[in-house]
Amino acid sequence: MDTLSEEHHTLLSINSLCKVYSSPVVDSVSIAFAKGEIHALLGANGAGKSTLCKIIAGLVQPTSGTMKLANERFEPRSKSQAESAGIQIVQQELNLIPTLDVAQNLFLHRLPSRWGILQIKQMHSKARALLDAFGLQRIDTHELVGNLGIGQQQMLEIASNMHRTCRLLILDEPTAALSSPESELLFEKLVRAKEEGLAIIYISHRLDEVERLADRISILRDGKRMGTWERGEMDQNQMVEQMTGDENSEVLSGPSPIRTESTDRQPLDRPVLSIRGFVREPYVRGVDLDVNEGMILGIAGLVGSGRTELLRLMYGADRATGGSLCFADGSVRGPFHSPQAAVKAGIVLVSEDRKADGLLLNQSIEDNIFLPSFAGIWQNERFSLPTNRWGGYSSSKGRAVASDICEPLDVRYESVEQLVGTLSGGNQQKVVIAKWLLRGGNIYLFDEPTRGIDVAARGIVHRVLRNLAAQGKGLVVVSSDLEELIEIADRIAVMSNGRITGRFQGADFPRGDILQAMFAGYQSNKNENDGVEV
Amino acid sequence: MNVSPGLRRGLLQYAGMFFALSVLVLFFSLRTKTFWSATTLTTIANSIPDLTVVAVGMTLILIVGGIDLSVGSVMAWSGSVMAMLMVDQGWPVAGSVAAALLVGTVCGCINGWINSHFRIPSFIVTLGMLEIARGGAYLATRSETKYLGPRLEWLSEPWLGIGLSPAFWIAIAIVAIAQWLLHRTVLGRMAVAIGTNSETVRMSGLSTIPTQVAIFGLGGFLCGIAATIQCSRLSTADPNAGAGMELSAIAACVIGGTSLRGGMGSVISTFFGVLIVSVLQTGLAQMGASDPIKRIVTGAVIVLAVLLDSWRSRRS
Repeated sequence: MDTLSEEHHTLLSINSLCKVYSSPVVDSVSIAFAKGEIHALLGANGAGKSTLCKIIAGLVQPTSGTMKLANERFEPRSKSQAESAGIQIVQQELNLIPTLDVAQNLFLHRLPSRWGILQIKQMHSKARALLDAFGLQRIDTHELVGNLGIGQQQMLEIASNMHRTCRLLILDEPTAALSSPESELLFEKLVRAKEEGLAIIYISHRLDEVERLADRISILRDGKRMGTWERGEMDQNQMVEQMTGDENSEVLSGPSPIRTESTDRQPLDRPVLSIRGFVREPYVRGVDLDVNEGMILGIAGLVGSGRTELLRLMYGADRATGGSLCFADGSVRGPFHSPQAAVKAGIVLVSEDRKADGLLLNQSIEDNIFLPSFAGIWQNERFSLPTNRWGGYSSSKGRAVASDICEPLDVRYESVEQLVGTLSGGNQQKVVIAKWLLRGGNIYLFDEPTRGIDVAARGIVHRVLRNLAAQGKGLVVVSSDLEELIEIADRIAVMSNGRITGRFQGADFPRGDILQAMFAGYQSNKNENDGVEV
Repeated sequence: MNVSPGLRRGLLQYAGMFFALSVLVLFFSLRTKTFWSATTLTTIANSIPDLTVVAVGMTLILIVGGIDLSVGSVMAWSGSVMAMLMVDQGWPVAGSVAAALLVGTVCGCINGWINSHFRIPSFIVTLGMLEIARGGAYLATRSETKYLGPRLEWLSEPWLGIGLSPAFWIAIAIVAIAQWLLHRTVLGRMAVAIGTNSETVRMSGLSTIPTQVAIFGLGGFLCGIAATIQCSRLSTADPNAGAGMELSAIAACVIGGTSLRGGMGSVISTFFGVLIVSVLQTGLAQMGASDPIKRIVTGAVIVLAVLLDSWRSRRS
């Protein structure tokens, strides 16, 4: 099934490329990309597609292995080196400046000028010609990029990359933010560019697009290339099989040893929180979930499937445009408008990005732990702040409380006055959890609670999750690591393309079915609302 | 000795500030015959209370991640209202002072509320207040300088044996209280948290509005106190008073190591900053430096202090 193109068609050939962080992310991958072809790269979370593309684009240096571009050694040390060799990458985070207009963004790398003065007319007429050729007649070159819709921005970025010296174009999920007419326009452009000899690497979860567009498909799993197939050699179900390794499911689904520990617990079927019809287009498109007392509900899904967005909506960090919450006491209310309201109602969130919104890195462990409890003074709630007899904040009592709450979490620190930024990632995560344990809540939402932390810390975090469940709290855990969810969750809901595409429970979770459900929302031959119910 | 790391960080910083101040005092004492004398030192001490009080408020506002450009005008408005009530309306001293403090507090609270509730940068909001309060001051005094007479003079007159005025002691007390507030109260800790990362605070289920209103309000209240002290020292209320006060206060904060990006600062360091600026200016004057030279040197010292601070924080 591996049919390499003839030598003179090959543009970029990659030979046993490896990238090792703590474990190999790209594991001796050899692959060739030819001129005039759209080559799709498929794989589940963490399969190594993004890392591979970043190596090609000069954003990441490989640990070992070689690359040849048009038969010459190719070792880009930076993005600009790769660009000068004609390799352009369009990542999911756009590279546009919202405060400059469309024309200036298009030519930002080389603004047309004479003695430093912009040739404004020339720039706009060139921009106009370029956009017209790209089928973007509706975009005004004088408009500020920030005023364009996200789909138009995406198209603009692709157009801007394609008009530069471009031999190889890498597109990472280009249609995630596009409407379907915009996608059609893009496909048309890609096909034409390919016919003119451009090599295109196309990463997408949307298997129907891949089936339609790709001349060849390479599938990565756990950093290894599983194979390369010609157009029409496989259908969408076979793609999913290759990505998820379902054929080897008997190897994977052996009972995991840790599983037995949590089966002693009897989760009750009493919902502490039910959410109905949560919507925020385009990320979350109508989600119902029941969080039960003493139960850990795992949410699986591909990156970008709307998992993080769903938790943020439940927590009021972003506003849902529709939906309702029903609490254990029978009260029903609309989505929260602020985290403040959610916390008041007993919902807490350990967010995905502890550095951006979970911690005050320049502040002490103690200050971080007490932060949520500060709410007590402005709202008449349980006031857990240690005070001295003048009503001031007592730091000696505070330190004692902080070290008490950290102790079972095994936070490694010299003193609770140490700055949180100086702790390791695992210990930082424990501090985030500690602050919510001190504040207390009924429903705990965890977004990637063990990402990027070491094995020991991971074990402790899992223990905390189980203890909370044993205390009768309701837990929702989002994780990209399916093995982790299988290990700790009582039930698993699978999210795909903004919807729940599968619900699973029982002692043995069917890995293959869960993985299939993760892709279900992106497949054309399956009704998006049809979940795999077990 | 068992010193906690937090305390050690603080003490190290104060030691550095104290050292810098000592070097300046030593330098001027050696270069001039008059500097090292009780008269000079008490004169310096009695001239700084109003700037100290305003700078304390500015420190708190900078820590919460804001800036207050309106302090000078708010001082002028507070002082003008006080003078109007006292002189024109015949109010008692206590009532007039209370009104001055109220004017300052209300201005500050409005700044804080518009800043936090509508998410408008405090730079803009307080720039608006700068004009409004100045206009208010002219209205209250009908653009005249009001003579207060001896009613308030006791506040700025040397008091007891060593010749320091009550105003100086009030300023010292305010520094101490503000330092305590910053480290030992929920309001202070919230201010630091918001200045460090307001998104973390929001995601911790807290509203930033009450804290920001309170801190800006406190800054305005301190402007009211500063206005009272200034009027007592000059025996007059001038609607043009306090021009450039915001820059002097920010300079003192910055010399003391307060970050303009928020979340970092110390009231005691700001007090050192005030002392350094006034020692520098008095010393240079006694050395015979002209006003332009004084300004050039002061400006250079501000930039130098910030350079030193960024170098220090990059190293650690």
